Parts: sequence; structure tokens; C-alpha cells
Amino acid sequence: MTATRPAPPEPATAATAAGVEVRLEGLVRRFGDVLALDDLDLALRPGELVALLGPSGCGKTTALRALAGLERLDAGRVVVGGRDLARVPAHRRDMGMVFQAYSLLPHLDALDNVAFGLRLRGVAAGERRRRAMEALDLVGLAAQADRYASQLSGGQQQRVALARALAIEPQVLLLDEPLSALDAKVRAQLREEIRRIQTEVGTTTLLVTHDQEEALAVADRVGVMRAGRIEQLDAPEAVYRRPTTAFVAEFVGQVNRVPCMVAGGAAHLLGARQPVLGEAADGPGTALLRPEDVLLSAPGAGGAAGVPAVVASSSFLGPTSRVTVALADGASLVVQLPTADAAGLAPGAAVAVGVRAVPVLVRQPADG
Amino acid sequence: MSGRSRLQVLRWVVLALAAAFFLVPLLAMLDFSTRTPTGGRSGEDWAALLDSPPLVRAILASVQLAALTAVAVIALLLPTMLLVTLRLPWARRTVELLCLLPLAVPAIVVVVGIAPVYAWVTYLLGGSSLTLVFAYVVLALPFAHRALDAGLRSIDVLTLVEAARSLGARWPTVLLRVLLPNLRGAVLSAAFLTVALVLGEFTFASLLSYDTLPVAINAVGKRDAGVSVAASLASLLVAFVLLLALSLLPGPGERARRRGRLRPSPTFRSPR
Repeated sequence: MTATRPAPPEPATAATAAGVEVRLEGLVRRFGDVLALDDLDLALRPGELVALLGPSGCGKTTALRALAGLERLDAGRVVVGGRDLARVPAHRRDMGMVFQAYSLLPHLDALDNVAFGLRLRGVAAGERRRRAMEALDLVGLAAQADRYASQLSGGQQQRVALARALAIEPQVLLLDEPLSALDAKVRAQLREEIRRIQTEVGTTTLLVTHDQEEALAVADRVGVMRAGRIEQLDAPEAVYRRPTTAFVAEFVGQVNRVPCMVAGGAAHLLGARQPVLGEAADGPGTALLRPEDVLLSAPGAGGAAGVPAVVASSSFLGPTSRVTVALADGASLVVQLPTADAAGLAPGAAVAVGVRAVPVLVRQPADG
Repeated sequence: MSGRSRLQVLRWVVLALAAAFFLVPLLAMLDFSTRTPTGGRSGEDWAALLDSPPLVRAILASVQLAALTAVAVIALLLPTMLLVTLRLPWARRTVELLCLLPLAVPAIVVVVGIAPVYAWVTYLLGGSSLTLVFAYVVLALPFAHRALDAGLRSIDVLTLVEAARSLGARWPTVLLRVLLPNLRGAVLSAAFLTVALVLGEFTFASLLSYDTLPVAINAVGKRDAGVSVAASLASLLVAFVLLLALSLLPGPGERARRRGRLRPSPTFRSPR
């Protein structure tokens, strides 16, 4: 699990190695006319990292704040380790939290920031210092212990904030878009780090993010939220490959909408017959097709005859390229393929379009 | 002469002019209060300051008033503004407007309105000049509000509070160990402004018949110009020393440095 790093330091929070179970039951929160949480249910298994993913305003942060005790609930229960937290105020919930905004106390150095929670718990000075140093070591910032927030970069500040949240050996770790203020490179790096540390300490963790890549890369399970509810809660791969609703398919990754005809549990589209994900009634519908599941071949090449099309544009993304092709009926499809395979696909080139043999989600008029 | 050094010279000229503008009247006061009618020098007027019990009483009253008002206005305003920032953001404009109102209404108008109230204050609390605190808190509101508002805007109050809460801090702890240290500058400048205001306030004290320093100086000045000018200069010096002392209180960062906690940056440390 920690193979990415030689000889990982002893986890600062070994005592919490067995995470607790977290259950959110029927959470409701209204802001005026807006229903931020609409009877939300979510259960986290002990030691698991669940990411709540969704567009802004879907209620994901409200759910996390309700768990932290920072948000009042109109209805519902928060149960952590079998204990109902309804009457437990935020400062006694024992949850480590990392915020989107930089939250280090400006008047304390990194070490004192990390030790702050321990100090409030009455841990003796020597022990406090030792544990704070351990936590800083865990995030790789032991050498910066005497720096103030103003002397640390954004990524370092968020690492210290993570160390501070972990130092109190919380029951639950809450990460509220902790990486969104950072630049792309630091974000990707810190993402890996969060995953490594979380696996190491084994604290049950809830991560809130609007970045699908982050959610898919880090989480054990991803909950895709929409309008105060969870649309699908599943392993990252399942959310991507087997979305249960059109919203999930479209929010997590890109999709092409291709008209199709469903008959006998299979969808006919682009001259191919694809199995249908879930259920679909016989009749017309729209298949949601990932760009990497669309195949391009030279026209007239052997095998299954594809549908003829013309390359409209092509953009280079590094290891992969994105090609837009126009079908004879004017519809266009986005195709993603390895750059090596996209060599001859200049705009105007004739191609044959096929479909990889994967189950597709079909949206039908009755779905709305 | 290069542009840079010309700028330097300009800076010193401006500084010298400003210094002269402020210092010449003070030096004139010093000169006037130490001159004898025959043209010699004498400390008589200054000695008279301490020999005059009413004046000493007035100085003590003013200093006490200043301290009390500063504490009261901060104790009133800081929790209110924190509450507005954290829980009642819609009330921000209203509170701001209310706090600025004393600035918009001329002092003389306020005094006329407040006089009947003070009849009751005197009846209930006695005639001590310290009862002026109530009026002075109102007078200091606009200045203290401005100072505290700037401080609150300079930190992310909500995030700091929530971070501290999630780490296990109760509300009093949040206030004393998280917010106050980070609002130290703002709280101090609110105190500065209040102290300066109270030490120089004349209209209220005079019209409500309380003996504060400015009132006493005015009274003395009618009898003895030399003592009056000495008292004015002394009150300026007292205010100056007070403000200097407040600004020299060590901040948390400086305290840490004195404890030797701020080691040199690890980059310059020899490897262990």
C-alpha cells in the first residue's frame, strides 16, 4: 500500500488504524427556497475514503459540514461509530477537517498549528511537540516546522492543515475541496499524498470535490451528487464505466449522444449492436457513448463495416488526441484515441466510425 | 543627481516640513511655559501643575476615563462585529451605519440631547466624572468600528473559527486564542483612537460640567496662561507615552522570537 515511498515513517496516528463507520441518514437542509440536502443517505465503511462529487450547489459541502457539526440540519441523523451526534457540538465531534480556504492560524508557526488541537486536549508540552512533529513528518514538512503560514506555499499550507487535522487522531477526516486553490501540478501531487496518508492511518474519510479526476483517482467509492441527493455511489471505475443515470454519465467524463434503437435488450447504433446498461424499453432512445469507446478506421478496411464520416477537427492533448468527426446526417462525434493512432486524421479525411463492444447507457424519452 | 537620489532628497524635505509643522507649536509651548517675565527660564509653571490638586484630579480622571472607555468600546464592539460577521452578515450595513452616526451628528447636538439622560445617570450613579464613559463610548464608536472592521476584513474569520472549532476549541477559546491574537493590531488601533479621543474631548465634559483634563486646562488658562500651556503640553506628552506603550506591547510573533522558538531557517542549518 505504501510502495510508492521507501521506508514510510511510522504513522503518527496509528491509534486510529481501525476507522469508524459513519452513517448519514435522511439529511435535510433548506436554505430559503433551496433544498440543499434532500433526504440524503450515505454510509461510509470503517477506514474508507468516499468522495462526494458534483457540480457547485449540489449540496456536497453542506453534507460534509453537517457531518462536522458546522451546519444545522432540518431533519436527519448523523451517526458516527454507532453514536448519534445530534446533540454533540462541532468542537466535541472529534473530526479533523481540511478546508478549501487556507486555514492555518496566522499567529502560530506550523508546529504550533499542528499542536493546537492537542493543546486543547490537554496533551503535555513534550508529548504535544513529539506528536506534532510526527504529523508534520507524515506530510513531509518536518523541516518547515518553524515557518508561519505567510512563509509557506499554498500546497505546504494545505499539507500542514492536513497534519493538523490528523494530529488529533480524529474519528473521521473531512476534506472540503482541499486542493481546489492549488495549481494543477501541486494538486496532482498532493492528491497522491492524501491517498497514501489516508491508507496509512486508516481514518474514515469524506472528501468533497467538484473535480471528477480527483474523486476518481483518490476515492474507494465515489458518490455523485445532484440537487441534494446522491445519484450513484459506487467504485470509481463503476461510476465511470457503468453509470446508472444520464446525469452521472455526463458529469463524470464526456459523452457523445448518439440516436439509437433499442430492441430485445440491445441498442442498435452506428451500425453496431451494443448491450444496454441497466434496463431500456424497446423503441428509440439516445445512447451515451464515451469518446474512447468510439473507434475510427480507414474507410473500406476489413472487419465490421463502420459508418462513413469525415474528420472535422483534431486537437492534440499529449498522450491522447481528441478528434471530432461529422457523420453523413450532420451529427458530430467526439473521439478520443492514442495520439499515435491519430496520425493520419487531418481535417477532411474520410474515416469509418465504429463502436467498441461495451455496454452503453440509453436515455429514453420517458426518462425526461 | 540621479532620479533616485533626487527622490531621497524630496522625501527628507517633506519629512522635515511635516516635522516642523507639528513640532514648532510644541516647542513654542515649551518655550512659553518655561519663560519668566524678565526673560529668564523657570520651571514654575510646570511645578504648579503638580501643586494644583484640581488639575491632578482632572489628569487622573481623564486617564481613567480613557482606559475605561477603550475597554468598554472594544468589549461592546468586538463581540458584536464578530457575531455580525459569523452569523448575521445581513446586519453589517446597519451596524456600520449606527456606528458612524455619532460622527454625523455634531457634538453640541448630542450633548443637548444627552443632558436629560445624564440627569438620571447622576441620580443613579453619582456625579463622578467617570460616568462620562457612557457618552464617550458612543463618541468612540465610529473610530473603533473603522479600526476593527479593517482587522476583520484582513483575516478569513469564518474559516479560522471553523478550523479552531473542528480542532476542539470552545467559543471562549476561539475568541481568546484564535481571533484576538490575529486581531491584535486592529484592537490596539481601536484602543489608540479611543484614548486619543477621550484625552482631548472638551464639549461633552464641559457642557455636562465634569472636570476632565481639557476642562481643567481651560479653567486654569483663564487664570494663568503659563500653567495652562504647560498642562496642554503635558497632556499631549501623556497621550504620546500612552500610545507608545500600547504599540510596544509584544505581539505573539515577537514573543515566540524572544522565547528562542524561531530558529534559523533549516536551509541554513548544518545537516544533523
